[in-house]
Order: sequence, then C-alpha cells, then structure tokens
Amino acid sequence: MMNVSEMKRRMEETSAEEMIQSLFDKIERSKLNAFITLTKEQALEEARKADKNGASGLLGAVPIAIKDNISTKGIQTTCASKILKGYVPPYDAHVIERLKAEGAIIIGKTNMDEFAMGSSTETSFFGPTRNPHDLNRVPGGSSGGSAAAVAGGEVPIALGSDTGGSVRCPASFCGVVGLKPTYGMVSRYGLISYANSLEQIGPFGCNVEDVALLLDVIAGHDPRDSTSHVVKKKRYVDELKDDVSGLKIGVPKEYFEGVDKDVEKAVRDGITLLEGLGASCSEVKLPHTKYALASYYIIAMSEASSNLARFDGVRYGLRLEKDKDWHTTFSEIRAEGFGEEVKRRILLGTYALSAGYYGRYYLKALKVRTLIKQDFENAFKKVDVLITPTMPCAAFKIGEKIDDPLSLYLADVNTVPMNLAGVPSISVPCGFANGLPMGMQIVGGHFDEGLILRVAHTFEKHAGVA
Amino acid sequence: MIGKKDVEHIGWLARIKLSDEEKEEFTGQLNTILDYFAKLDEIDPGVAPTHHVSGIENVFRDDVMKESLSQEDVLRNAPRKEEGFFKGPRIV
Repeated sequence: MMNVSEMKRRMEETSAEEMIQSLFDKIERSKLNAFITLTKEQALEEARKADKNGASGLLGAVPIAIKDNISTKGIQTTCASKILKGYVPPYDAHVIERLKAEGAIIIGKTNMDEFAMGSSTETSFFGPTRNPHDLNRVPGGSSGGSAAAVAGGEVPIALGSDTGGSVRCPASFCGVVGLKPTYGMVSRYGLISYANSLEQIGPFGCNVEDVALLLDVIAGHDPRDSTSHVVKKKRYVDELKDDVSGLKIGVPKEYFEGVDKDVEKAVRDGITLLEGLGASCSEVKLPHTKYALASYYIIAMSEASSNLARFDGVRYGLRLEKDKDWHTTFSEIRAEGFGEEVKRRILLGTYALSAGYYGRYYLKALKVRTLIKQDFENAFKKVDVLITPTMPCAAFKIGEKIDDPLSLYLADVNTVPMNLAGVPSISVPCGFANGLPMGMQIVGGHFDEGLILRVAHTFEKHAGVA
Repeated sequence: MIGKKDVEHIGWLARIKLSDEEKEEFTGQLNTILDYFAKLDEIDPGVAPTHHVSGIENVFRDDVMKESLSQEDVLRNAPRKEEGFFKGPRIV
C-alpha cells in the first residue's frame, strides 16, 4: 500500500506521469480484477499536464479509483451489470466535480457487486474481485474493487458507496480504512441509486489521514441532492489529534453476538488500548438491534424495486435485437440484463410493496427503523462513540456463501443499523487472524465525523496494525 | 409461504421474465428470506415510520432557467432513437 503523502513525495522525486504509469503497469499484471474500466490515456495526459504546470489542489495529481456506480462524464459506468455495459454518462457526479476541482486524477472505475447488491463482489457481471491477502477469498463488498485496489497498492485512495456496509465491509476484509459518512454529508448527485434513503458515498484509504483528506474534498452541500445538508465546512484533517483522554466509549453487547472469537478478541483489545490512552468504557444497550437486518433488507429491496424500474432499454442500457409488445420487450430486456441477486432483490421488494403485504413488511420495517434510530440517540446521550466489530468474521472463500443468499445477508448484521439511523461510522484495521485482516468499527452521532476520525487516528497511531 | 404461481406474478409486476428453473429456484429462496423477515411479526412498534433520517422537509429553489444537457448528449446512450426522440417499443 502507498498512502497519499508517500505518493506525493515520490511524484516530486520522479514525476506524476512515471508514478501513474507504474500503477497501470501493476494493475495490468494484477490478478485482483479490481477494475472494470481503466482510463490510462486520460490519466497519463493529466499527469503530464500536472508535471508541466505543477500540481494544485488538495489532491494535486493524486491518482484515485472510483466505484463503478458513480457517474463519470465520458467514462463508461456500468454498476457491474450487463444492463449498463457500454453506458457513458453525459455528466459528472458531484463528488467527481469536487475531485477534479482539487486536482485528483481518475485512473479507473472499480469492480463491485452488481448495482451494489452484495457483500462479496461476486455478483459482478465482470467476474469477482479477489482479496489481496488471499486470492481465493472475497474482498468483501459491495465496493470490493475499491478496497482491493487500495489494499493491493494499485491506487492510494478510492471512492465507494455504502448502503448497508458496502464501504466498511470490504475495508475490514482488505485491511484498509473506510468511512460511511452521515446521511446527507456527501451529495448523492450522480450516484446511481440502489436504496437512496440509506446510501452515502464514502472514502477508502491506507490510513485515517487519507480518508479524512478525501472526506474534506467530497463533503459539502449540493442543491442537486435535496437530502444534502448544509453543514459548516471544516477541515477534517485538522481534527486528527492523537488524543482520546476523557472519551466515553460505549460497547453494545448485541454487536458481539455470533462474532468469531478472533474478531471479538482483536476488537476488545482495541478498546482496552484506547482505555489505556485515557478513554473510559461502558456497556450500552441497543435493544432493537436484532430487528435491524430484516428491517434493512425490506427497505433496501423495496427502494431497489422502484429505483431499478428505470432500466428498460429506452434511454440507455441493453436493448434486445427485436422489439415485441411493450411489456414483453421490457420483461425480456430485464431478464437478460439483470443478474440473479438483482432479480431476487427486485422480486422481494416488489412483493414487500404489493397490496396486502405493504403493512406487514414495508411499513413495519420503517417503524422498526424509528426504534433503531432511537436506540442510537439514547446511546449517544451516555457515550461519545460506540465501538463494535465491523464484520463478524474475516474474509470468506470465493463461492462459499454465494448459493445461500440469506447467509450472505447475515454477514451485514453489524453494519446495516448505521444506515438505517444515518449515523457515520468508520472501519479501521485492528489485527490479523490467520493472515486475514479484521476491522474495528467506530460509530458516532450525526455529523460527528471529526470525532470518529480522531478516535480512529489515535487508535491507528498506537495499535501499529499494518 | 409463496408458491411458484406467486413468483411468476411478482415477476410480471416487476417486468422480469422468469425461466422455469428461475421460478423454481426463487420460490425456495424467497420463502427462506421471507421466513427471516417474519421476525418483525414479533413486535408491534407504536411509533411513526421513518422514511428518511435527514429531518429535512420541503427543499425549495428559485424557478430560474439553467443550462441543461444538450439533446445530443441526452440521446447518446439511447439504443434506438429517431428524429431527436427516444424510440420505445410500440404500444398498439
């Protein structure tokens, strides 16, 4: 892995062009399959420009990889789906405009679970991404390509999106840092929707500092996303102090149930380390946690069934050779263009919203969401942050869970509640078990990114996990 | 419990044509997942639903004209187009 400051230093010694060329050399030899599209010509051209005119901006000439559900003008954006193969967005997402304004150079679009539906990056139409720590294992998902690219040293920073853990899960499995911001912190303009009441774009980096830097670039109000908040702009890198004295940590016991022993030990050791640095720790209760997963999946699938109705082959995407009548044409395009997991979720979402079942599933799930949100509000009256394992286990083998959808859903148990409540959380590496990285999750109240980044930074400095 | 006929009907509502094997496979899988969702039958929350967490209500903007994408850009990804229009399948 190479962090941003190391990358900048090496660019000064050599050149941006040389550094970025060396990344492409590495990616072209790579077995990870982290990228769907590479933008080599454009990236090298921009690097040459930066070498000639000097790099400017917070991310001047820094290479970055973008998850393939974030719209990039002139660059193919597929959501890892056959139905969008060849789609070239006519506009940039807000986060892409921000990255360009700060001088970042996009080197490619990363692999993911199709339409971000999955926790393993196995459902991609373009084949699975592999975990750099063990090529037979999944990188986590759905932003598996972004996490694997950073962990494999193919790029220093990357963007993903997190609907129910899709940044934090792969960060945990690949041993990098990943943040899901507060709902409304980062504009979703140009993010191709899966479940829009839950998702946020989030940064990946080799360390907490790079994640804070990337958040500085992408956060901020954007009127084109009506759920985007007006937040007083501050620099998150300035919040990175090595200090947790007086910090009150809450440890919710619900988040340790069913967690592998190695993961539990690593996270509890992490909490002990922070206590040694002046934090205090107490057990807190989030009593409705056991209903979070069902509530999350019902809401996500319902929103997905509505959002993905737009893929009909008229304005963009796959169209079959011969049109038939209206309904048959659409039904056949969607049968051909969507993969199995996407179909499964659209079907379940359609069912959950259908007459007679709406109250039992969708409306009930939204009420449970209120209870989950209240659990967090009550907890944050007593403590400053919550610390939990990000994932209940380390990375599993490719193919191990893919035939049993429910067992894959259950792996998201510790990450979905934050999306339901809209609170920010960060996964930071906290150790290895049998050579595989594990992640510790630090959760804060709404817009408490500064605090959780500071705690993560302090932990990273003292834990020496790398 | 939902049956194969139900899955076929949901497929129709969602405009996804399902093969016979898919109907078979999805019937089993959907039942397993719906059984898990039945966990929510355990509770009867006496609270209002949360549709989204931002707390933002109506967001207004001034009604002023702004530049938009060109017709050419908008049509560029359309698989079928004619005389500046998207071309859909025929209705009648």
